[in-house]
Amino acid sequence: MILIQRIVNNTLQLGRLNIMRGMDTVTGMVANSIRSKLQTALEATHLDVINESYMHNVPKGAETHFKVVVVSDKFDGLALIKRHRLVNEILKEELKNGVHALSIVAKTTKQWEESEKIVESSPNCRGGFGK
Amino acid sequence: MHAVPYVSHDVLSDENLRQGIKDYSNWPTIPQVFINGEFVGGCDIMLQMHQSGELVEELKKVGIKSALLTAEEAKKEDKK
Repeated sequence: MILIQRIVNNTLQLGRLNIMRGMDTVTGMVANSIRSKLQTALEATHLDVINESYMHNVPKGAETHFKVVVVSDKFDGLALIKRHRLVNEILKEELKNGVHALSIVAKTTKQWEESEKIVESSPNCRGGFGK
Repeated sequence: MHAVPYVSHDVLSDENLRQGIKDYSNWPTIPQVFINGEFVGGCDIMLQMHQSGELVEELKKVGIKSALLTAEEAKKEDKK
């Protein structure tokens, strides 16, 4: 709940409010771009795009740190590092412009169904350069 | 946990190193872990490899026996 509240605050500060129908979440421009690119390129059967910038030493409303949970059968047969490189490639533009932390969970539909579907939160911020 | 000796470099203290390593590995984020000079992955990949047992296998490939493997073998010996 706190996470959703923070995201709402951040996005309101940006002056943009994007409410996804049926879900109680709001997303910024970068998050939207990440979501649509991953969905299109990987035909994801499950996709979560989580803005973790609030966990870091960056201004409010920042879209610099993300966690993505992508479930896609396009990952079948690919080693972890290849899956991550694939996601990095898809999000090349975002990574060049502002996003500098990307935590990736990349599973096939089968792996996701067999897992507990719990996504661990990223490690705590250890400092950064300040605002 | 695996008790493997390693060397680390603080890339945040040097902008050239910080960007350089990203260009070298063609990988956009840090940390970056290398085993025997080969780029293996970042934080997520290391964690997942550790949880799946893949890390122990990767270390074996370069002739390193993980402390976790040693401990596991010791346990099996005790059970005999």
